Amino acid sequence: MIRVVLPAHLKMHANVNGEVMLAVDGPATQKSLLDALETNYPVLRGAIREQGTLKRRAFVRFFACQRDLSHDEPDAPLPDAVASGAQPFLIVGALAGG
Amino acid sequence: MAGVRLLVGTRKGAFVLTSDEARKSWDVSGPHFAGWEIYHVKGSPIDENRIYASQSSSWFGQQIQRSDDGGKTWQPVDNTFAYDGVPGTHQWYDGTPHPWEFKRVWHIEPSTTEADTVYAGVEDAALFRSNDGGKSWHELAGLRGHGSGAHWQPGAGGMCLHTILIDPSDAKRMFIAISAAGAFRTEDGGESWKPINRGLKSEYIPDPEAEVGHCVHRLAMHPSRPNVLFMQKHWDVMRSDDGGNSWREVSGNLPTDFGFVIDVHAHEPETIYVVPIKSDSEHFPIDGRLQVWRSRTGGEDWEALTNGLPQSNCYVNVLRDAMSIDTLDSCGIYFGTTGGQVYASSDSGDTWAAIVRDLPPVLSVEAQTLR
Repeated sequence: MIRVVLPAHLKMHANVNGEVMLAVDGPATQKSLLDALETNYPVLRGAIREQGTLKRRAFVRFFACQRDLSHDEPDAPLPDAVASGAQPFLIVGALAGG
Repeated sequence: MAGVRLLVGTRKGAFVLTSDEARKSWDVSGPHFAGWEIYHVKGSPIDENRIYASQSSSWFGQQIQRSDDGGKTWQPVDNTFAYDGVPGTHQWYDGTPHPWEFKRVWHIEPSTTEADTVYAGVEDAALFRSNDGGKSWHELAGLRGHGSGAHWQPGAGGMCLHTILIDPSDAKRMFIAISAAGAFRTEDGGESWKPINRGLKSEYIPDPEAEVGHCVHRLAMHPSRPNVLFMQKHWDVMRSDDGGNSWREVSGNLPTDFGFVIDVHAHEPETIYVVPIKSDSEHFPIDGRLQVWRSRTGGEDWEALTNGLPQSNCYVNVLRDAMSIDTLDSCGIYFGTTGGQVYASSDSGDTWAAIVRDLPPVLSVEAQTLR
């Protein structure tokens, strides 16, 4: 199972406490992970990726294993530690400053 | 129990304020959707327990929430606002073509006749309709496609469709307003549209009397007289007696004719309210004195209403969707400020009191009269 940590706004919106545990069909990639997340939590459609284009929203970041994965290709494999569930995949709202 | 429910949208959540007919003591519920911007919350005139909320975030996009129990519980409904066909372009701030891009829902207007029909005015300016209680949305593309859409340009706050008025005598007849394009009317339920801006003069655009390009801040209408429209424009308070075919200025003795809100008394169609705001750029009350101005003559002759409102050191704004009225026998008037206050008058504006003083900046206020 892949572990996903949502930002506070989306935990509230999806009525989630703690981490989300996801089973992904096929290779574990950003796209397959987010597809699975949106299938399990349809209210998150459009909140992480834009409707239609499925591009990452501008102020959303993906972190894991002390790395910024935000600019990785959607079909690139996730780190083994994320795919195995050893490390969580963090969905983060970009800092606003101020 | 008869009373009033105020639906308040703020920068950081929604609040529901409830009172009995006396409107002296208020129960405050919220924040709902804490941390999200709530541009607008509005109840159905057919079913007072059916309420919609526009919930948005620069980070996480647009959501629409629906309540079927008067705001106690909420369910997300569809948040897909896809422009019809190839959206094309409008003008950007520098005059270059810019693709239409959905940003957020500014205003929600439930139908006056169909329980599951609801309209949404969005940025970039377009009108959407749902016929299934918000479970799906489709654009009424005749508005953007009527001919002038490619020439619309955003105002400082974005290119938003912020006002939707439905003619109570004919649900297919509607009026909408866009900043900074102007006002438009449909007679066929939104299939086709006509600009209704004749008589408006805006010195801040190249042709002050152009067919489109006017920064209309708000329209208001009394339900008994759907051909009489009132408008708070960027500058100028305007009136039309022919359904928007022509407009004349009724700013009269207002201390400034800039402002955002305008509304009409529930039982006196010639009694209207505005909140004059100092501009350009200050966008706070003149001399720090918060005043509602009332005309009992449909404009031109205005009086300041100050009893209970701060008359010194007040530098808040009252945004375009942040005034509303109830329809109780003694008409209630309500408005919210960017300082987080919601003020109420239960006597047509003669006296005022703050219901709450420290909410996040208020974006919208809608009053529901409970029977």
